[in-house]
Amino acid sequence: MNPKKGPMALKPKDPKKTLLRLFSYFKYYKGLFFLGISAIVLASFAEIAATGMLSPIIDVFVDGGPLSQAAVYILILVGIVVAIAAGQYIGNRSMAYLAQKIIHRLRSEMFAHMQKLPVSFFDTHSHGEMMSTFTNDVDMLNQSLEQAVSQVLISIVTVVGTYTMMIIISPLLTLVVTVSLIMMFFIIRFVGSRSANYFRNQQLSLADINGYIEEMMSGQKVVKVFNYEERAIEEFRGKNERLRIASSRASTFGTMLMPIMGNFTFIVYSVVAVLGSLMAVKGVLTVGNIAAFLQYTRTISRPITSVSNQLNMLFAALAGAERIFNFLDEEIEEDEGDVELYRTPEGELLWKVPQSDGSIQVVPVKGHIQFIDVNFGYTPGQRVLKKINLYAKPGQKIALVGSTGAGKTTITNLINRFYEIEEGTVLYDGIDIKRIKKTDLRSTMSIVLQDVHLFEGTVADNIRYGRLDATDEEVEEAAKLANAHYFITNLPQGYNTMLTADGQNLSQGERQLLSIARAAIADPIILILDEATSSVDTRTEKLISEGMDKLMEGRTTFVIAHRLSTVRDANAIMVLEHGEIIERGDHEELMAKNGRYYALNAGIIELE
Amino acid sequence: MSFRTGGINLKKLLPLMKKYWIFAVLSPLFMVLEVLGDVFIPYLMSRIVDVGIVSQDINFIVNTGMLMVGAALLAMFFGVSSSFFGANAGFGFASEIRQKVFEKVQSFSFANLDSFTVSSLITRLTTDCNTIGQVTMMSLRMAIRAPFMMIFALFMAFKVNASLARVFLISLPLLAVVIIYILTKAKPLFLKQQANIDRVNGVIQENLTNIRVVKSFNRQPFEEVKFKERNDNLMNTALKAISYVILMMPAFNLIVYGTIIAVLWFGGKQIMVGSISGGVIISFVTYITQVLMSLLMISMYFLNLLRGLASASRVVEVLETDSEIKEQENPVREIKDGSVVFENVNFVYPGSTEPTLTDINFTIRSGETVGVVGSTGSSKTTLVQLIPRLYDVTSGSVKVGGVDVREYDLKLLRDKVAFVLQKNTLFSGTIRSNMQWGSENASDEEIIEALKHAQAWEFVSRYEDGLDHIVEQNGDNFSGGQKQRLTIARALLKAPKIIILDDSTSAVDMTTDAKLQKAFKTELSGVTTIIIAQRISSIQHADRIIVMHEGRIESMGTHEELIEKSPIYREIYESQQKGVIAQ
Repeated sequence: MNPKKGPMALKPKDPKKTLLRLFSYFKYYKGLFFLGISAIVLASFAEIAATGMLSPIIDVFVDGGPLSQAAVYILILVGIVVAIAAGQYIGNRSMAYLAQKIIHRLRSEMFAHMQKLPVSFFDTHSHGEMMSTFTNDVDMLNQSLEQAVSQVLISIVTVVGTYTMMIIISPLLTLVVTVSLIMMFFIIRFVGSRSANYFRNQQLSLADINGYIEEMMSGQKVVKVFNYEERAIEEFRGKNERLRIASSRASTFGTMLMPIMGNFTFIVYSVVAVLGSLMAVKGVLTVGNIAAFLQYTRTISRPITSVSNQLNMLFAALAGAERIFNFLDEEIEEDEGDVELYRTPEGELLWKVPQSDGSIQVVPVKGHIQFIDVNFGYTPGQRVLKKINLYAKPGQKIALVGSTGAGKTTITNLINRFYEIEEGTVLYDGIDIKRIKKTDLRSTMSIVLQDVHLFEGTVADNIRYGRLDATDEEVEEAAKLANAHYFITNLPQGYNTMLTADGQNLSQGERQLLSIARAAIADPIILILDEATSSVDTRTEKLISEGMDKLMEGRTTFVIAHRLSTVRDANAIMVLEHGEIIERGDHEELMAKNGRYYALNAGIIELE
Repeated sequence: MSFRTGGINLKKLLPLMKKYWIFAVLSPLFMVLEVLGDVFIPYLMSRIVDVGIVSQDINFIVNTGMLMVGAALLAMFFGVSSSFFGANAGFGFASEIRQKVFEKVQSFSFANLDSFTVSSLITRLTTDCNTIGQVTMMSLRMAIRAPFMMIFALFMAFKVNASLARVFLISLPLLAVVIIYILTKAKPLFLKQQANIDRVNGVIQENLTNIRVVKSFNRQPFEEVKFKERNDNLMNTALKAISYVILMMPAFNLIVYGTIIAVLWFGGKQIMVGSISGGVIISFVTYITQVLMSLLMISMYFLNLLRGLASASRVVEVLETDSEIKEQENPVREIKDGSVVFENVNFVYPGSTEPTLTDINFTIRSGETVGVVGSTGSSKTTLVQLIPRLYDVTSGSVKVGGVDVREYDLKLLRDKVAFVLQKNTLFSGTIRSNMQWGSENASDEEIIEALKHAQAWEFVSRYEDGLDHIVEQNGDNFSGGQKQRLTIARALLKAPKIIILDDSTSAVDMTTDAKLQKAFKTELSGVTTIIIAQRISSIQHADRIIVMHEGRIESMGTHEELIEKSPIYREIYESQQKGVIAQ
């Protein structure tokens, strides 16, 4: 079994650039950002000051008074503590709000950008990866912005401030602590690099077993039918064991850092305690000094320990941010069209074609399509369509037949400019379609695809997708035309029945009928129809066929034919092979030729 | 899905820890020893100050210092060991659970598989098992460390100075109240936030898959409005949840420092009076942090525990589900022939009230080819699924080779009754590895012969790597028709007595279909063949055809007989004729 794709990159390729770009989002929330930063910095300094106050307070008591002096110091401490709490509250709240707002903005930008991307992007990028960028990467960034930024700041301030205070109290002791901090750093590096290896192994084992689980669960019925259970269990046992070993190792190293660091700190604590006490005996330090210094020793080791963890998290988040920014930088669908659609008060549709002299020529929309010498390939160098010439007069039905990969779907991708042609021209009512604004172009067309896609919402909502301002009567009319009305009224809430994602709570046939209704309500000038209706029973197939026939009446239709009955009433049939039209004509003409069409029709070669 | 209490859950899962029980015991044990060390050190510190400095005893200071270092080293050893044991126990436990769940699913019947969806089974085997492992590890360490730390530190604090330690009687409950307040307020908001995240992701997913529809109907602004509403909702919910969580740290610090200040004031006054020494204060500061931090850790742990329990209950649900297909004590171990008899069979789908099959009676002779047609797909499939006991009849009897199928050894039955499902699933690997599902030790010659019968050799032979040709996940690198032929070949390798084809040639063109039928009729004439088809042409030449309607047999006979006597058959036939030119 092939393992699934490996884990996502955890290291950004250009952290500086990504970080700068990320910070550019902060500019929208300058006030919040500075408030947050200042509050956090204040709180950190206040924490250091609080520890510092331990020294004079303890010493006053040890030296015997006066009580009033101690009271003053304690009141100061109270004030400092309030500053800590207030600073932390304001600071963390500001940073968290900041993070949420930035993420909200990023999500909007990503969604808006996605809408502008060309169809080719969606066909060439895995949906799983894109969803991961939208969800996992955004989540990680959210967490990082909320915590990592302030934590790094706190760490820096803490280290700098604490270090300063420690030097003030005793340079000698500080030296000892510095040496131990350097040792700590190396220990962390060592453990960290070993654990990174084990962690990577764990991720690979996890991806492997998850891939296996997905395949087996999806195909579990086949497993049963072939008595494959025992073999599956053995295969699983091996992968499971590998995962167990990898995870145990990774986790051991991951969790052992804490007891190592924590107790190493205690060792330093002990050394400081001894040296400090000796210095106290000599009278160089006071008891209060020792108390403060010990506390500082504990506070300074915390950021050192967590900084490598924080940096890892930050890097992983930056890697995610990089993917987000790469997505935002993807080229959008161009539209330099200047021809617009115009509907007269009487309901007539016209093209407004700007002329070079500034005037506007008005052309009635009829639905006349012409392909002139069109060449096209999805990837440069690989032509899928070669020198295609065809035309459809308004209201005609053009059937496209041919084997899989012959180019039928491609032609439909070009008519509504999901993809742009390389060479040649496509004319719509005599106008180069490249000149027509894409939104206007597409508003005169409807597509009914092989893969039906519905939306979460009511049945009526889904039909209305074809025309948002359609009335309930119009929705019902469209459903009746598509032969969908009967099954809809038999649903629990009729037209108000909620559909789950992609309409999965309906059968395949019912979904297809809905997509026909949706296309019908749009009342398009040009209809693009893919007739594939596998995996439906005969009765439903009949309903779908009738619906499709009614939909095709009176419009220019390009139909990828799967039913021979469709093809027989077509005005023109284009037989495609390897991207070229090898035969054209109507049914009688082509049958007489005794060529490929004839062969297809007699069912000798696969129609699809 | 009901949430059961922890007690019932653990009973089913605990035995799986057996293999790693030593690790599960040693981990917390060593953790406790580490905590002891960590709590002992501040005590030694206070001794250094109170005895060493006060009496200027350098030796004492140095010795106590070395004792502290020793304690820290020991604690480090115990801590690292605890890590090792904890990791092995946690992931070992998760691994046993995962294996058990997988094995349970392998024993599931079709009905069981229908009630758990594929995606929920995947989640249970992956996310839920992982969560259980993590939470177990956490439980063995954090859940032990924090309470023990709290208890020992409290104990030491009371030992060092009982009167000062009374301050904990206020600060501990106070902190507990604060934590509980914040968590109870935040939890529902977090759940709402999670739901909102799902809604946002839902729109994104939809737009990803439906992009052509969105673009062709120009619904981009419409979708953006939809998205904005959900995105805004998400942000608002998140901000509300955050505003509670944010309270935690400042509140914690106020209580910790408040306690320290109280100790400084009351302890300080006692120092002035001479009843205690400065060292007490020093150690108290450390104990205060240890005690209160532990309480915080305990509450954090509880949050994770809830997640773990939720996962555990989902896993237990699988473990407690049993297949309804039971085998007999002394099963029959031989199938005489491929005859099939249905006697007064009725079938109601488990959990349903409506019968799917009513009053089914027919006999199929060994070696016959029988077609099954009808208006709706499901009851035809249900009918044939009763033969290899993928489901059991509700009443009546299905007999193969003259024996009720419930009396056979299940493995034998499924070996000799080959079933080609409607959904053609191939698995990632090679063509050979997929074929070997039919027969583990099939030779290449046997595989090629099966492929030939299934009319699949004509395209497999064209691959350079032949049988070693890679099959991608789901068999996506093959066309529909090719996949169907490969799955038929796989079934043929079982050398079955009966083969059932459920709409298995829908994507195959009529010529190939005809060749397949010929192969079955001639080369596989000994095998009873049952074909469910939508196209009459696929079963036209069968020995007999069964016509189903709404769960009953409407009619049975040859093609010519049915044209005469079955209106349903006639209708289907005629509607399909429109597209076919007379032969």
